[in-house]
Amino acid sequence: MVSDKSKLGFYLLLSPLILWLVTLIILPHMGLFAVSMSEKVGVREYETGFGNYAVFFNEPLYWRTFARTAFMSILTTALTLVLGFPIAYYIAKLTRGRTKTTLFLMCLIPFWVSELVRTYGWMILLRETGVLSNFLLYIGVIDTPIEFLYNDAAILVGLVYTSILFMIVPLVTTLDSLDDSLIEAGYDLGGTGTSILREIVIPHAMPGIVSGCIVVFMLSLGNYLTPILLGGKDSLWFTGLIYTQFITRFNWELGSAFGFLLLGLSSAVVFIGLKLSRQSLSNTMGR
Amino acid sequence: MIPTVPQSNALKWSYRAYVTLFFVYLALPLSVVCLLAFNNSVFPSLPWEGFTMAWFFGTEAPFVGVFHERSIIRAIGTSAFVAMWVSALSVAVGTCNAFLFVRHDFRGKGFLYILMLLPLIIPGVILGISILVFASSVANTLEDATGLWFDGLRPGLILVILGQFSFITTFATLVISARLQKFDSSLEEAALNLGATKWGAIRQITLPFLMPAIVGAGVVAVLMSFENFNTTLMLVGSDSPLTIEMFDKLKQGSTPVLNAVSLLLIIVSALLGLMSLMFQKSKE
Repeated sequence: MVSDKSKLGFYLLLSPLILWLVTLIILPHMGLFAVSMSEKVGVREYETGFGNYAVFFNEPLYWRTFARTAFMSILTTALTLVLGFPIAYYIAKLTRGRTKTTLFLMCLIPFWVSELVRTYGWMILLRETGVLSNFLLYIGVIDTPIEFLYNDAAILVGLVYTSILFMIVPLVTTLDSLDDSLIEAGYDLGGTGTSILREIVIPHAMPGIVSGCIVVFMLSLGNYLTPILLGGKDSLWFTGLIYTQFITRFNWELGSAFGFLLLGLSSAVVFIGLKLSRQSLSNTMGR
Repeated sequence: MIPTVPQSNALKWSYRAYVTLFFVYLALPLSVVCLLAFNNSVFPSLPWEGFTMAWFFGTEAPFVGVFHERSIIRAIGTSAFVAMWVSALSVAVGTCNAFLFVRHDFRGKGFLYILMLLPLIIPGVILGISILVFASSVANTLEDATGLWFDGLRPGLILVILGQFSFITTFATLVISARLQKFDSSLEEAALNLGATKWGAIRQITLPFLMPAIVGAGVVAVLMSFENFNTTLMLVGSDSPLTIEMFDKLKQGSTPVLNAVSLLLIIVSALLGLMSLMFQKSKE
């Protein structure tokens, strides 16, 4: 730490930060809230009230989509954890040196590529004229082409694919710091594979599990591309509703209310996750 | 299960099989996209009709390649323009933030730090609509007050740049702060003892030390800007960046041109990603 010899330098450093946060984060969100609280009663006439939120709760389509989005995101989070944990453990504990770096890089590369390209890949694989259907036809498992796309399973496959890295990276980091001798000690004391996993490995990996789950849940909740492209026209996702209200219907008041509800849910999950694991935002995200 | 503790062979092999399967799952969509970019067919699907480079260099319909598809070339240009601005802005602000948070103690620092992290946990769509709503209301107020037009605050490239900048700056700040924390400040003091000015010491000693992180953050910013979709979707005007252009094309029905663009994107982003890792490696 350097003592502030020149106050001027300090304010010069402070001003870009304040300018950025106030004009692009704080004021826009306050504005969004203000718009969500204004009801349109006539042409260019507005009243303050909870009308837009009432519309959300009174229209089953809206809150069901909201609940469905939340439920599918929880499912995605659980799946990424179950599928990603063994991989993270393998990379952290069972490989060394060059193999470890290579495996880790192989995990990273797909995530440097645009989400659009990844989703496009799944579309080519899963659609009726796609690679999977053609392959099954070719080896004679099925007689007519099958549409694998445009259902909830396809959305889940895509969402898990898109977010699994954000589970694997924190898990690898925490598992890396687990000393092998603790596991050996567990075996020496007569522990079985499962009891060691339950008593030693998982408690140690808890911070990684929590931060991975938070990020994956948030990303799935806010995802737009994957559910829209893989789920087809009838599949509803809450971000899709927001887009419709804003861009197609031009009903910004209702769209803002939707946006705030989504923001509320995602912040609540982050908050609860941090409280449950007794971690702070700076420790979880600031890495 | 660790290497020093013996395990049954069956378990070991099934574990390895699972890991292999997982990496196949990771690689499958991307490899399919790449392979079908060379298929001599107007649909991006099997059967294999033979190898062709037409989807890259072709000039005659229906085989118009990427390099002759004007809308795609223009979209790549737009994306590059946006990415350049976002990268420059976020690295500049990120460097200031890093100096502020690492070098200074002041009241409300913890609070500002949390605020700085917030863009990470705001869904991209929400970030987009909030900036859209705010910019429009500012534009309306200004236009009512002055009678002039403020097109820069309407959906378009300026808003796209601001929207992406609003959250990429957080990443830049974190990357650059991490490196600044490792800096041995006695080096700077030595320079001051030798008669350097405060600014001279920072320019000649501290900034060169930070350079790997600054370049790394810049590369990551370009990468994130290029592939951002959610925030951009809400703020875009008539000039579409590449991801938006591809999304529109995809909704109309895809041709292998999209595979060819994707293949180029995969190569470029893998290279950029590796580059940013190299720069971060050179820290140690």
